[in-house]
Amino acid sequence: MEFYGDHMPPVQQKNGYFGNWGGAFIPEVLHQTFCELRAVYAAARQDPDFWHEYKTIMATYSCRPTPLTHAANLSALFAGARIFIKREDLNHTGAHKANNVMGQGLLVKRMGKKRVIAETGAGQHGVATATMAAKFGLACTIYMGEKDVARQRPNVFWMEKLGATVVPVTTGSRSLKDAINEAFRDWVSNVDTTHYVLGTACGPHPFPEMVAWFQSIIGQEARAQILTQFGRLPSRVYACVGGGSNAMGIFQGFMEDDVELVGVEAGGHGLASGRHAARLASQDASPGVAQGYKTMFLQNSDGQMQDTHSVAAGLDYVGVSPILTDLWEKGRVRFESATDAEVLEALDLTMKKEGIIPALESAHAFVQAFKEAPGMSTDEALIINMSGRGDKDIFTIAHAFNDPSWKQFIIDKGAAYAAGK
Amino acid sequence: MPLGNNLRQAMVQKNILLMTHIVLGYPSFAVNRQVIAAMVKNGVDLIEMQIPFSEPMADGPVIVKANQDALAAGATVADCLDFAAEMTKKHAIPFLFMTYYNIIFKYGEDAFFKKAKELGIQGFIVPDLPPEEGENFYRLAKEYDIAAILIYAPTTTETRMAKLAATGTGFIYCVARLGVTGQATKFDQPVEDYLARCRKATNLPLAVGFGISSKGDVDYLRGKADIAVVGTATIKLVDSEGVQAVGPFIAGLRG
Repeated sequence: MEFYGDHMPPVQQKNGYFGNWGGAFIPEVLHQTFCELRAVYAAARQDPDFWHEYKTIMATYSCRPTPLTHAANLSALFAGARIFIKREDLNHTGAHKANNVMGQGLLVKRMGKKRVIAETGAGQHGVATATMAAKFGLACTIYMGEKDVARQRPNVFWMEKLGATVVPVTTGSRSLKDAINEAFRDWVSNVDTTHYVLGTACGPHPFPEMVAWFQSIIGQEARAQILTQFGRLPSRVYACVGGGSNAMGIFQGFMEDDVELVGVEAGGHGLASGRHAARLASQDASPGVAQGYKTMFLQNSDGQMQDTHSVAAGLDYVGVSPILTDLWEKGRVRFESATDAEVLEALDLTMKKEGIIPALESAHAFVQAFKEAPGMSTDEALIINMSGRGDKDIFTIAHAFNDPSWKQFIIDKGAAYAAGK
Repeated sequence: MPLGNNLRQAMVQKNILLMTHIVLGYPSFAVNRQVIAAMVKNGVDLIEMQIPFSEPMADGPVIVKANQDALAAGATVADCLDFAAEMTKKHAIPFLFMTYYNIIFKYGEDAFFKKAKELGIQGFIVPDLPPEEGENFYRLAKEYDIAAILIYAPTTTETRMAKLAATGTGFIYCVARLGVTGQATKFDQPVEDYLARCRKATNLPLAVGFGISSKGDVDYLRGKADIAVVGTATIKLVDSEGVQAVGPFIAGLRG
């Protein structure tokens, strides 16, 4: 049977609620455009041709299906569960973000809109959206916190080269959540012509469900691949959780199975330090409503959002997918956190042992899998979702490793530019 | 007296009312106090006091910055409530709260209504709480007889306008154009057609805001709306010229 991506739709209640979480807390000016988006999304979801078109474009433009790699050396090292890595890093633009933007791009074509906007933290979603806009002939504006623009010049460079306009956001903490607010402000001004390509499974309904749907392609492939390569299902599946789209993507493949699902959040400097972005793995978050949806937010008792911290910009966010909050509340997904220091260790080990370079975000999932693999039996398997590749973030990773020769290279290069060479 | 009746009575005397907007705690409660006194003295008919929020999604740059600065200066929800108590005691005009839903959600909906009633607050404007998400909130508004002011936008359909009119009380806040607060609005034929549509959809008084900053804007609205809302303009004025500029500016709006 041809698969429409609909075999395991997340449990859904009234108006985009997942249990107690989600909803659509939107300004009235967006009411009409959300009605239209929901209608187009609902129609696409019923339409086998849409999913076929989506799978085709992902196969011909973005290397899908991405492989499932058996990490033989790491498995031997930990002498426990057999470790498999789902290679979302091999997507076009280097991360699972491509799945979502191409899916939304196809919806934009159906809606007939001519312009897209997006928020970006580290820049991956911005770059992915810019490629989609270029391919589909759409105008494109990307909102990015001023802090992130300064930290992620290479991604800004690519977005601009791909034809997008990058707008640095100077409000609030000048990071991801502020870029989301700014994208909404653009959208209320340009609803007629513009679609907002939200980058993760957060925000007002239908975004969480819709983004999770596009990302479910990861879990469908992974399930089929592990059955072929290992002969049965894994015991556990690990994914890092920022907004939660890559985690929702792979988890959906195993939702109905006897497979433990583990989400790993940014532990930053450690949960006790208060400098982290762990919403569900810490005791620091509480229910709230912001950016159009209800979830667990890192906020103070007045409801003001707090600053978060992570070495991985893509996990550095105050909220989390309402779908994951529901699965956490129901005990279906276990949440853990990994510190910045642990992340660098896991990244180093993965590079040395497997020749694979995970993004800092993805390395959070590796940390937890490495902690648990030795305690599992050698007849078991686990899957780590490698949401993105690290090599294209050389500036960030080299900085995180505090690499002296890299620093010298930058100093020399800077001096040469300053001297006009 | 319910807000709607209050306004209708005032409208008999003046052919257009003035509502102003301040962000509580910006630049300080002391300045808020002086600004409000100057507004009341110069004939402002009602004032919306914004309780600052860290993510003011529907506001433009001037009000966003005011929200941030107020929070950075340490304004808390408790401070805002205390200040509101002082204002409603001191001035006879109606005061409203404008804020984002999370502030009310965290305080507790029931507790917030109870508190607002105690303070003598006459209405709420919550731009990110559509009727679909605010069943309990809009029920409490009726129970406590505090006006729940809903918003129309140029994209709002007739059917939607009717639904909002049935849920909202006090008056309808008509956003004059797409976008966020504080940018200029061009008052042209489409705006006129839109206001006519609003008028047809509800018997509630119509307030028009977003980009109103001059006597010309207010004059334009006479006969087309009941309340002119001046928000960003006074915040900018206090920033650039200080509190003493507020009185003459407000007095000049209706000439």
